[in-house]
Formats: sequence, C-alpha cells, structure tokens
Amino acid sequence: MSKLLVSPSPHIHSKDSTKSLMLDVVIALIPAVVCSVVFYGWQELMVLGVSVASCVLLEWAITKYMLKKPSTIGDLSAVVTGILLALNVPYTTPWWVVFVGAVVAVGVAKMTFGGLGQNIWNPALVGRVFLLVSFPTYMTTWSKPQGLFGVDAVSGPTPLGAIQEGLMQGSTVQELTSAYDYKDLLFANLGGSAGEVCALALLAGFVYLCCRKVIKPWITLSIFATVALTSLIFWGVNPARFTDPLFNLLTGGLVLGACFMATDYVTSPMSVWGGVVFGVGIGFLTVMIRYFGSYPEGVSFAILIMNSVVPLLNMWFKQKKFGRK
Amino acid sequence: MSKHTFSIGGVHPHDNKISRECALEQLPLAPTVYIGVSQHIGAPSVPCVAVGDKVKVGQVIAEPGGFVGAFIHSSVSGTVKSIAPRADLAGRATTHIEIAVEGDEWLEGIDTSDTLITTIPDDAKAIIDKIRLGGVVGLGGATFPTHVKLSPPPGSKCERVIINGCECEPYLTSDFRTLLEKGEQVVVGAALLQKAMGGVPCTIAIEENKPEAIAHIREVIAKLGYKDMEVMVMKMMYPQGGEKQLIDAVMHRQVGSGALPISVGAVVQNVATALAVYDAVQKGRPIVDNSVTVTGECFPRQANLLVRVGTPLKYIIDYLGGIPADAAKIISGGPMMGRAVANLDAATVKGTGALLFLTEKQTRRAPETHCIRCGKCADACPMGLEPFLLNKLSKNADWEACEANAAQDCIECGCCLYSCPAHIPLLDNIRVGKGFALSAIRARAAAAKAAAEAAKK
Amino acid sequence: MSSIIIWTVAVITVLGLVLALVLYLVAQKFKVQEDPRIDEVEKVMPGANCGGCGFAGCRAFAEAAVKAPNLDNNYCPVGGNDVMAKVAAILGYEVTEKAPMVAVVRCNGTCEARPKVNDYDGYPSCYVKSLLYTGDTGCSFGCLGCGDCVNACQFGALSMDPVTGLPVVDQEKCTACGACTKACPKRIIELRPKGPRGMRMFVSCVNKDKGPVAKKACANACIGCGICAKTCTHEAITVEANVAYIDPVKCKLCRECEAMCPTGAIHGVNFPKPLDKDAIKERIKIRQQKAKEAAHV
Repeated sequence: MSKLLVSPSPHIHSKDSTKSLMLDVVIALIPAVVCSVVFYGWQELMVLGVSVASCVLLEWAITKYMLKKPSTIGDLSAVVTGILLALNVPYTTPWWVVFVGAVVAVGVAKMTFGGLGQNIWNPALVGRVFLLVSFPTYMTTWSKPQGLFGVDAVSGPTPLGAIQEGLMQGSTVQELTSAYDYKDLLFANLGGSAGEVCALALLAGFVYLCCRKVIKPWITLSIFATVALTSLIFWGVNPARFTDPLFNLLTGGLVLGACFMATDYVTSPMSVWGGVVFGVGIGFLTVMIRYFGSYPEGVSFAILIMNSVVPLLNMWFKQKKFGRK
Repeated sequence: MSKHTFSIGGVHPHDNKISRECALEQLPLAPTVYIGVSQHIGAPSVPCVAVGDKVKVGQVIAEPGGFVGAFIHSSVSGTVKSIAPRADLAGRATTHIEIAVEGDEWLEGIDTSDTLITTIPDDAKAIIDKIRLGGVVGLGGATFPTHVKLSPPPGSKCERVIINGCECEPYLTSDFRTLLEKGEQVVVGAALLQKAMGGVPCTIAIEENKPEAIAHIREVIAKLGYKDMEVMVMKMMYPQGGEKQLIDAVMHRQVGSGALPISVGAVVQNVATALAVYDAVQKGRPIVDNSVTVTGECFPRQANLLVRVGTPLKYIIDYLGGIPADAAKIISGGPMMGRAVANLDAATVKGTGALLFLTEKQTRRAPETHCIRCGKCADACPMGLEPFLLNKLSKNADWEACEANAAQDCIECGCCLYSCPAHIPLLDNIRVGKGFALSAIRARAAAAKAAAEAAKK
Repeated sequence: MSSIIIWTVAVITVLGLVLALVLYLVAQKFKVQEDPRIDEVEKVMPGANCGGCGFAGCRAFAEAAVKAPNLDNNYCPVGGNDVMAKVAAILGYEVTEKAPMVAVVRCNGTCEARPKVNDYDGYPSCYVKSLLYTGDTGCSFGCLGCGDCVNACQFGALSMDPVTGLPVVDQEKCTACGACTKACPKRIIELRPKGPRGMRMFVSCVNKDKGPVAKKACANACIGCGICAKTCTHEAITVEANVAYIDPVKCKLCRECEAMCPTGAIHGVNFPKPLDKDAIKERIKIRQQKAKEAAHV
C-alpha cells in the first residue's frame, strides 16, 4: 500500500458491466445461432461470420480513424449487432449485401449518434430494413432450408409472404394456412430470415436473459399478448381474410423481434409501464402492417416506429417516487 | 416465516459478514485520545474543560451548542492536553479535545457492574432527560441526537418504536454481536424507548441472515416479559436498514419528501442506540465507547472491538497488526455508505461503526463508459428516482430540474452506482444536485418565513 | 384526371389561406411590445451569453440596461469599455469606465512542490472532490486540479498544465466574466486589474494554515511570515490568517516583495525584465540602513 485510495461512497460495485450484459445476450443467442446453422448449413455460417466481423471491424475503424477515441469494441455490443443482423437476413444473402447492412447498422444507425447508448433506433433493425428496401430481391427470395448435410434447395416464399400473395389471388386464409403445421413453425423448417427458423431456440434465450435479470420480460410479453389479442379480434370477425393468432405469433420475425430486438436497452423505455405501452404499440403496429400493409412482415417497422417514441415514453411513464403521490 | 421488505428498488450485494464469529473484545486504552466536538448532526458542542484539567471517564467535557446538540463525555481518565483544531478523517480541521490517558478511573455514580436492571422508570420525561445527559446520538450512522428524535413536534404522535437491527451493509457485524452478547440490555433499552414514547408497541427488525440473533432476542423478550414487543424478520436486501425503507417495510407507510419519520408515527433507533439508552438510563453511563467492526478479506485479524470514543484509527489498526500490504482503501463504516479514510491520524467518533479494508481490485472504480439506458439504476433506487436523469441534470448544473425530479429525496445509499454496468459515477454527481436542490428549498422556506413574519408586523 | 388536379390545387390553396390566417391571429395575440432600444443594445453586445455581467445572457443585460437609470451597476466585462461606450451612446447615458480585469490563479502548488498524499478515485470534478474531503494533497486550501474552472470558461481561456497540475489563464482570451471564480470550490481564482501593460503582482497562495503546516504540505506556500508586508513601502500588503494579500490598487509594482519572499509564493507577471533578486535585496538593505541611521540621528 503506497497511498490510500479515497472516493465517495459506494466503495463496491456489482459484477455487472456493459461487457458482461452483452456477453449474456450473446450467450442467449447461441441456441438460435446453432439452430440456424444446423438448418441452413455453411452458407448461414458465412453470413454470420461476415456480419459479426464487419460490424466489429467497422466500429473499431470508426472509433479509431473518424472519432479518434478509444475503441469500444471491447463492450461486445458490435458482436450482438452483428449476430442480430445475420439472424435478420436470409441465409442466401450475398456477403457484400450483408456487409452493406453492417455499414448501415453500425456506421449509420449506431456510430453517427455517438456509439452505444446514444442511438435512437436499433442498429441491426435499421440495417435489415435498409437491406429490405434496397435489395428486395435478395431479401425476399427465400430458399427452403437444405440443412447442414442436406442437398436439395427449393426456393419458396415465407409463410407470411405466401399468405399475402395467396390472398391477392383470391384464396382464403384457411386454405393457405392449412399448408403449415404449427409444430413446424415452433421447431422451424420454414423459409425466412435465419433467426426466424426456430421459435423455441429464441424463447430459450429469452428465458435465459430473464433469469439472469439482464432484461425484464414485460416488453416481450406485452408484444405477444397484443399480437395475440389484436389478431384474435380480426380473425374472429373474418377468419377468411385474417390469419389466426397462433400463426401470427409464430411466423415472421415476431419471436426474434420481441425477445431480442425490442428489448434492446438503448432503444426501449426504462420503466415497466413505459415498456408495456412500448410492447403494446409494437404488437398492434405489427398486426396492422401484416394485415393491411404492402409488406407481408411488420415487426421490424413496428419496432423502429416505437423506438422513435421511446424518449416520450420515458418522459411520460415514470416510476412512482417513494412517499410521493 | 414471512419476510418483510420495502416496496421500491434495492440491491443484493454479497453480505460478506466474515467477522460474525468474532466476539466483542475490549480494545486496550490508547495513550492519548482526541475527542471531537462535532460528533453529531447539529451545532458543535462547546468545550467546558480547560487545558490541564483532570478528567474522569464519563465526565462532561463539552456541552450542547444548541437544542439539536449533544453532551460529550470524556471516554478516558487523564489530563486535558489541548483543545485545538485537528483534521478529521476527511482532513477537515475541527476542534478536538486531546486527553492524555492516566489509569481508568470512572466518575462516581456510574454503575459499571454487569447487573441487568429490568425495571422501567415510570416517568417518560425523566427517561428522555437521562438520554440527553448521556450524550446519546443515533449510532446507526446519522448521529442525530436521540433526545431530539424522542421529542416529537406538537401535533405529531408516535405510534411505533422500531429498533433497527437490520445491519444491511455488507461486512458489518457489530450490531449482530451486540444483539447476541448484549441482547438483554438492548431489549431493556427498547422497553425504555417504548416507555419514553408513551407505551407504544415496539418492533425489533432483524435481517434474515442473522438467525442466531433473531432466536436470541425472541428468547430474551419472552424471558423479560415486556409487552407489545416483537421481532420482525426482514428480507436480506440493501438498504433494508435505511430509516424510510425500514418504516415502509415494518409499517407499510411511506415518509413523504422532506418529512420526518414521526410524520407517519414512527421512531426508529438503531440497536447500538438502544444499548446506549439502556446504559444512560439504567446505569447512568454516558456514551464513552462503541463497538467497531474491523474487517475485510485482506485484513488478517477480523475483530469486533469495544473502542473508547476518540481513539486514533491508527492505534486500532496497529493493535490488530497494522495495515495489510494489499489494502488500498480504508473505509469508516460499510462499503455502501461508509466514508473513505484520507487521514489515519483521525480519531473515532460516537458514530464510528466499522473500519473496513478493501483491496485495489475490490474497490478501484472501472473507467466510465457511455450510458446504455438499461435502467438498472432506476430499478435499484429505493426512493424511486431516476439516477441516470439526475446525473445528467446535475452535470448540466440545472438545479431547478434536479429539484423537480426529486434529487433532494436521494438517501445516498449508493444502489445506483453499485448497479450501473457502465460504471457511471451517478451518486457523485447526484449528491451535488441534491445539495443545490436542498439549499434552494431551504432558501425558499427561509424567505417564506421572513415574509410571514414581516406580514405579522 | 383534370378534376383531381383542380381539387388538389383548390384544397392546398384553401389550406394555405386558413393556416396563414391562424398564424396571423396568433402572432397578433401574442405580440409583445418592447422597447426597440433593447434590440439595439443587444446588437452591440458580444453575444457570448456568459452571464459575467450577472444577468442570464446578453438580452437580459440589454433589458436591464434599458430599464436602469444609469449604467453604474451594469457592466459587460467581456465587451469592456468599448462595448459599454456604444451602449451608453445608444441609451444616452454617461460612459462608465472600468479598469480591465483578468482572472488570476492564486495557487502555485505544483505537483512537485505539493506531493499527493492519497489517491482520489471519484468523479473528476473539484466540486465533488471538495464535498468529500480536503483533497489529495496535504494542503486543504489549494487547487484540487480537476478543472472545474476550465469547464466553466466559455472563452477557452483556461487550461490545465499537465506538468504543474494547475490551471493556466490565457490573458489574451480571458474576458474576466468571473465564471471560473464561481466554479472553483476553493475560491482560488480572483479577478484582478490587468495592470499597466499587463504587469501585475499577486500572492499565488491562499493557505491559511500556520507556517510550518503550510510549508510541510507545499514548498511554494505562503507561510504568513510577513516579510513582504514589512518590505513593502506602499502599504499594499496585508497578512491575515497566515496568508499575505497584495492590494492591486496600492501596489506600485516595485517587485521588492517578490524578491524577498522566502517561498516564492509572490508572483509578478509580464514584466519586461526578469527579476534580479540580488539587486533588489541590495537596494532594500541600503534603504533600511539609511532608515536606521536616520532613526539614530
């Protein structure tokens, strides 16, 4: 001991750090990553690799050469963005499209605002939506998974896309959904973004995050509840026009979005009630976009729209203060 | 067993009570003690001895400087060497009375025997007066003069006395040892406080991590047969022992912003204070010593010591083997709310409850990174505040906004900084905002008072 | 097709007219009658909104100046006499002239002279640090070195010297707005007259401890020995609470105190020549001898 340390209280700190929280998110994503690689094979592995590597490298390069600040890649948030971006695009996406997505996600949506914690919109979702509107061919040509050891690749639309197309051609929802076994939806084996492949793996990650107290379940649960309730009402009114609640819950990126994208710390409200309202908004908008929008899928847009109102939600919904009304 | 806890926030630091098995032991007298004149909240006391005077243990050496003030007694017998400014543990110079120790002669009339006196005097006023004369202050950390707390302002009525035995700060064990070894005295002290407040019920709140103490105190209450006294088992949660949190947990009432506990009918006293009340009332023995936990993983000899007020910190540490090589910080008090020692020549005061040694690794702050808006600080805040927001407002020197967002309600428990994954020094900045918000409130109150008086005239 | 175009044009036109009407009505309703001189005064102000004048900003100053009967209590330290002359001209008041001031750091406890005795690990703010304790050096009066003054300065006139650990005032940039004097929790920084051609003397220490204590904490401390006060022939120096203070009005810049100070706590700046200690000491010796002889006679 040379000189005594002196600081204001408290003198100890919990084990949590930004890095440990991000590491927990990465761990929670492992089941989904493993599932997607198993179902989609080496191509998916390449998409993941390109996405994570370009996100991390971009953040490093931007902090070093443009912001001239100490590098922030150690907090692992770029890794999380990279994995989420990879899970949000089809496994057939060419590597350079993935790279462009990473540039938009990290370069535009995250670093222009000042890096982690300063961005308004979820970086991975901004990247995905950018790709969706810029490269619709790559983003909507889904191939049926061939598996890690499979051979035959059959291309086809996503369940939601198929239904929108079918509806336009005059089929009823019942005819269209009969093609899908809900067990398949839960355990995968359907075309779509890589991360949408296995709802169960995503839910396992969600439960892990809740148990580790990294996130609170309210946002996710309120999204699920709202999607179920809203689609139940529409489906109840006209089952021939509108898909049923379970189908809505299990298809598209809903589980991925609700568990991992909407719960992103930076772009979600802090208070419990703010989170619930946020979730209700996402759920409602998702169903509306799916039923009435021109895109078959609405989760990404719904989350980005609700991201924009987070500052307001933070202002409106505050925790009750001790001893005050 | 149902466990009680407060309603908002809180954190779960590891309790690390590594000195829990160390029985209370008497620290040998230091050759010289330095007794400060401001050991309590309120006006500093006024020395009433002169250099060269001979004093005995328990003799008054300083008188209260106002209503919110306390008597200070000599903790040793000997000669007054000087009355001069001396640096406290933060390096600030305050008046200290230096006494060279000669023998250990107690003032006549103080009962130093171990006999337990269980009969409770009838006169509540007399009890409070004896507490005042005994120089008793809140020993839970705030050191608010106890007799002031026991004299509620007109119009408010006490409904329950709560004895705070939570000791929710990690590492600290002095209250636990006191409950185990001096449980009878504490219970009698609690009964005296009950009587002083007009025979109201009493709850002794103890956290669940002290089962031996819970069992022992239950036994003692049954044995001594005091009425309306119960032990309540509290959940292990920090800051369970915070005054407002404890009242919320025990009585399900929340003390308003800026209000005193008595406004919801509660009087909270710490275990050590209850013991001091017993000593002052039943034995005529003022506060001359207190129990100090000396602990830390890097400290070789854990101890719960009975230390005379005014003993230099260095003397205590040397008695236990000196500062370990890997200790980086010494804290007076617990790791959450204690104060870092900058000056080892400082002397103990009535409120010194612990000396904690932490290593560089345990206590050095990690570099601050960007807020990731996780809201963990807001979840942890037991007052329901938004530390991330107050931090920003305080840094921007927006004191009005600080006040509007209740910075003045902050109890400085440290939960926000403890839980922040970005290691943002939230509390450091909030303290500044709290200070400015409080002074603005006080200035307004003073102005309103002056205006009212002017209107009267 | 053409009907759509006509409708669109019609709707947009009507909408535009209605909104224009609303805007006009609102503008009429919330119109504020103001003395036009306020705008004129504001135009000549520096526009830094620093608050150095005691008002919230340049506009607030302009309002106050227009309302006040004269300019005695309103002075813009940033603009100085030039701006005040313009303000006076606009308002038709008499010109008030003030000596230009500059911020002076009254601590010279460099890292070398004032070693650290503990290691501060809290938020790097002087205010936070001062709330906690007296500081990480032995001196409880000196600069805390976290740069609250630097952050408070809107003109970039203050910077921390990494070698000494003390703030340095850039006298060209300093406008004497006083923000730093308020930001410093130890009240070390003082606004003093700039002096003729920038020459000025000051005691660069505020330590009120007794000599030996101060000396132990910092080799450059003022120990309150009073030699400077005894030397000074202009009665410019007073020693109170163990620390000397030079009255800038009385000081004649003879630099005798600086030469005699045993710890080097007295600083003279912007003098054309370096201090020749021996020559000054010799001069003082001769003068004192003469005085003695005169007393004998």
